[in-house]
Amino acid sequence: MSVRIGVVVFPGSNRDIDAVNALEVAGAEPVTLWHEDVSLDGVAGILVPGGFAYGDYLRAGVIARFSPIVRAIRGFADEGGPVLGICNGFQVLTEAHLLPGALLRNRGLRFVSREVSIAPERLDTAFTRAIGGRRPLRMPVAHGEGAYYADEATLDELEGAGQVLFRYVRPDGSAAGGEEDRANPNGSLRAIAGVLNTAGNVAGLMPHPETAVEAVLGSDDGLGIIASFVASAAELERAGGPALVTAGSPG
Amino acid sequence: MSVAEAPVAVEDQEPLHRRLGITDDELVAIRERLAGREPNELELAMFSVMWSEHCSYKSSRPLLRTLPTGTAEDGVVAGPGENAGVISIGDGLAVAFKIESHNHPSAVEPTQGAATGVGGILRDIFTMGARPVAVLDALRFGDPGDPRTRHLVEGVVAGVGGYGNCVGVPTIGGELVFDPSYQGNPLVNVMAIGLLEERDLTLAAAPGVGNLVVLFGSTTGRDGIGGASVLASATFADDDPSKRPSVQVGDPFAEKLLIEASLELIRDRLVVGLQDLGAGGITCATSETADRAGTGMRIELAAIPRREPAMEPFEVLISESQERMLAIVEPHRWDTVRAVCERWGLPVAVIGRVTADGDIAIVAENGAELARIPAAALTSDAIVHERLAAAPVRRRHAPAPGAADSAASGTDGLPERGMDPGAVLVALLGSANLASRRAVYEQYDSSVQANTVEGPGHGASVIRIKGTTKALVATTDGNQAIGAIDPWLGAAMSVAEATRNVAITGARPLGVTNCLNYGDPTRPEAFWQLTEGVRGLADACRALGVPVTGGNVSLYNESPAGAIAPTPEIGVVGLLEDVGTLVRPGWRRAGDRILLVGESTPGLAGSAYAALAGLAAEDGPPSLDLDRERRVQAFVREAAERGLLASAQDVSGGGLAVALAECCLWAGDRHGPGIGALVRLPVASSPAVDLFGESPSRLVVSAVPRHVPALVLLARHHGLPIRDIGEVGAPGSGVDDESADAPGPRLVVELHGSGATGAAEDRGSRVADALIVGLDELRHAWDGGLARALGWEVR
Repeated sequence: MSVRIGVVVFPGSNRDIDAVNALEVAGAEPVTLWHEDVSLDGVAGILVPGGFAYGDYLRAGVIARFSPIVRAIRGFADEGGPVLGICNGFQVLTEAHLLPGALLRNRGLRFVSREVSIAPERLDTAFTRAIGGRRPLRMPVAHGEGAYYADEATLDELEGAGQVLFRYVRPDGSAAGGEEDRANPNGSLRAIAGVLNTAGNVAGLMPHPETAVEAVLGSDDGLGIIASFVASAAELERAGGPALVTAGSPG
Repeated sequence: MSVAEAPVAVEDQEPLHRRLGITDDELVAIRERLAGREPNELELAMFSVMWSEHCSYKSSRPLLRTLPTGTAEDGVVAGPGENAGVISIGDGLAVAFKIESHNHPSAVEPTQGAATGVGGILRDIFTMGARPVAVLDALRFGDPGDPRTRHLVEGVVAGVGGYGNCVGVPTIGGELVFDPSYQGNPLVNVMAIGLLEERDLTLAAAPGVGNLVVLFGSTTGRDGIGGASVLASATFADDDPSKRPSVQVGDPFAEKLLIEASLELIRDRLVVGLQDLGAGGITCATSETADRAGTGMRIELAAIPRREPAMEPFEVLISESQERMLAIVEPHRWDTVRAVCERWGLPVAVIGRVTADGDIAIVAENGAELARIPAAALTSDAIVHERLAAAPVRRRHAPAPGAADSAASGTDGLPERGMDPGAVLVALLGSANLASRRAVYEQYDSSVQANTVEGPGHGASVIRIKGTTKALVATTDGNQAIGAIDPWLGAAMSVAEATRNVAITGARPLGVTNCLNYGDPTRPEAFWQLTEGVRGLADACRALGVPVTGGNVSLYNESPAGAIAPTPEIGVVGLLEDVGTLVRPGWRRAGDRILLVGESTPGLAGSAYAALAGLAAEDGPPSLDLDRERRVQAFVREAAERGLLASAQDVSGGGLAVALAECCLWAGDRHGPGIGALVRLPVASSPAVDLFGESPSRLVVSAVPRHVPALVLLARHHGLPIRDIGEVGAPGSGVDDESADAPGPRLVVELHGSGATGAAEDRGSRVADALIVGLDELRHAWDGGLARALGWEVR
């Protein structure tokens, strides 16, 4: 039986459609988790998708962090459950302090929607283990607030601890520069596209691997990330992991 | 504030009906529909919005009846008159689509005007039971160097993006056109596409006497009072701040909730009718749904949820507050309907009941009847005006199909001896109208929903249909430059180009939606332009066998600077049975042969080249042969189906040279430099016509060499000229021009024949003329041209 993965739906989520599709392509069984839910329905992993949770009128993710489902996600993450936040989901997880740093308004001050390339820094994490090699991965970005920010000390610390998960790169794989470089779409510091928590079970990234899982859509480079996450969740569940802390029974 | 104090010329002493934009004749007609009774103030206000041009189509309705609307054989399951056209695409699925204007609100307040334009058209789609899957926006502005234009572009783009991005519907295509005639009156036309299970098709009708009339979504406020009548149906003075309150304010977050709630209500069969609230607000939604079902309604004014106190009855009834829906609900389903709306956090209220008397009755809290108007009088039986149409006296006719226009040949003036046609191509590719639209479309989320196969930027846009092999192909096209010379031709060419853009992907055009943007219909010349435009639309759709399934008419597009060029904006949706067979416009591989289908006809008027060269528009536009157009499209679809094509591109803005350049730049890996080409082109009359002329019904296709004989045979079978003109990726050999040793791939077009000028010969080349440009130079021009024109940073 395929592993059950929760997809959080806030009012205003919109990449939940993409997330459900990607999980199905990766062989998992997606389960929608409503923002008012306190039960996680026995899922083995949680994907917080993109969108504009609660409209994001104040600041992306700032209202969502107070929702019942985010409280439940915090408990799930504390017990070691795998959580992946994409785009708005990444913003929500940083606002909830489940991930370090913050996402600021794009340096160009405009919404940016286009294909970018990112490269994994590590191939041994729960979110990158199935990627297979350190090569540029093509996938779309679509956000207005995606410039990764942390103070210099924190950035050094993240790099030292191996918590930088993805960086923006040029299509040929060479490192992207600062905000003047088109390869770094939002002016993220040190071209950081995604990070990991210290425990290694919570990750977030701004680009959309879940929208790049089928060649017909221009790229299936994102599938490795989704498949890594699904495989890690399945493995943990077999070991009797995070399901212990959830209200429902394991799937 | 009472109706008499409504924000329309408060100071003058005109009678109330005139102040509300109702003419004396119309007042007589209103009395007739009220059995001779005088309308009260509230009723007059309701008539004023419903009999506005925007809601009633009172000038255009007789013309629109001449359009071919299709039959069940065409798969049409809902046509004009519904919120959106719906066409069956097999497997129990159907596609809903429509285009609509939001021109005047966007001129007054560009961000909110454009945002609510997106919101309004999305509601038209999900009202039918369809999930919105794509948006295309067709935007037209004046001089891109003008500060006011830049302000409008910035605002409109922010509005389209801000709304579409949040609501989670990808913006997959559209147009951005600059033309001096839009200086005082920009055009913002938005098209939306939705997918539905045919059994979920929901009509905006109010059947069943005793059923509940339910309003859900946002509350009703004072925003957008008189949007339809004040803004959309009168000509326009610059920067009139008094009209700003007439612009609605959009809330995409509320819209997203409204989409999910509405689709849930439809899926669970909880409503018997559904209508969005747009122009005319509650008055429009109640009267239209009642009239469609032959029923009436009794509306309890006090039951309507409001966002501010002390609103007058007329304000509540004509407010165009956004993100609201009207549902017709059987009484026993009310509790479930309320639960669904509340789960999505949406206010919901029963505001009345369906009645048998055919009247819209408005009742106060104390039971007093404030208004009673037959629903039909507000909608299907609204007044129709027979307007006067008169052609301007200085009009030149377009040459008949195939006939040479003597005035058009020999006057092109370019390339002159010694002038480099490559420099003309670079200038065209980098011009505001032909350069890449990337600086704008990269601000729109084009990938959300994980269906986008081909987003904005390279011809028609393509989205796959999940769970099937099928894909939808969509485009918008409008040709105002030809329309200004010959409005029939402008409309017919727009239909030809839009359907051709869909056909070259291998898809079958399913239907046409149109937004007819014209001037003041009470001016005989403007009404003649509209009449000719509709005739061109009808002729082209009939000839090409595509039904018109709906659209919108926007008149009074005039400002102190004058009227806009007639602009019929054409939206087309096509069906590709197997997305795996999709043909793209860029070259696929070096070594393929390049073939030109069709032939150029004289006439440079209305072309991008003419605009660049400053040629007078009087030298004649190219001709259009609709039967040939039909055959060209049949040819390319058949060639695609048989797998003969490596690429297919149509010749349009900027002519053959620009089409070839785009094929090179769009080739292969989108990050690479592209693939060059060597083309040998016979020149019949003049190089300018052959290189830069925009005569329609022409294609540039490429194919592996072994497929060339089959393509030639197929073209002959369709009675079309076809010519092998060159090779993809060929080195610049054979051209001993000084730039031959330039690095990187190049586009080389050698010109041969009696029409060639010998300019290159003079420069020491063996060929008469040659266009030789490196792709890096073409890309530089094309890539940043729009940002440079708008004064934006090129990034």
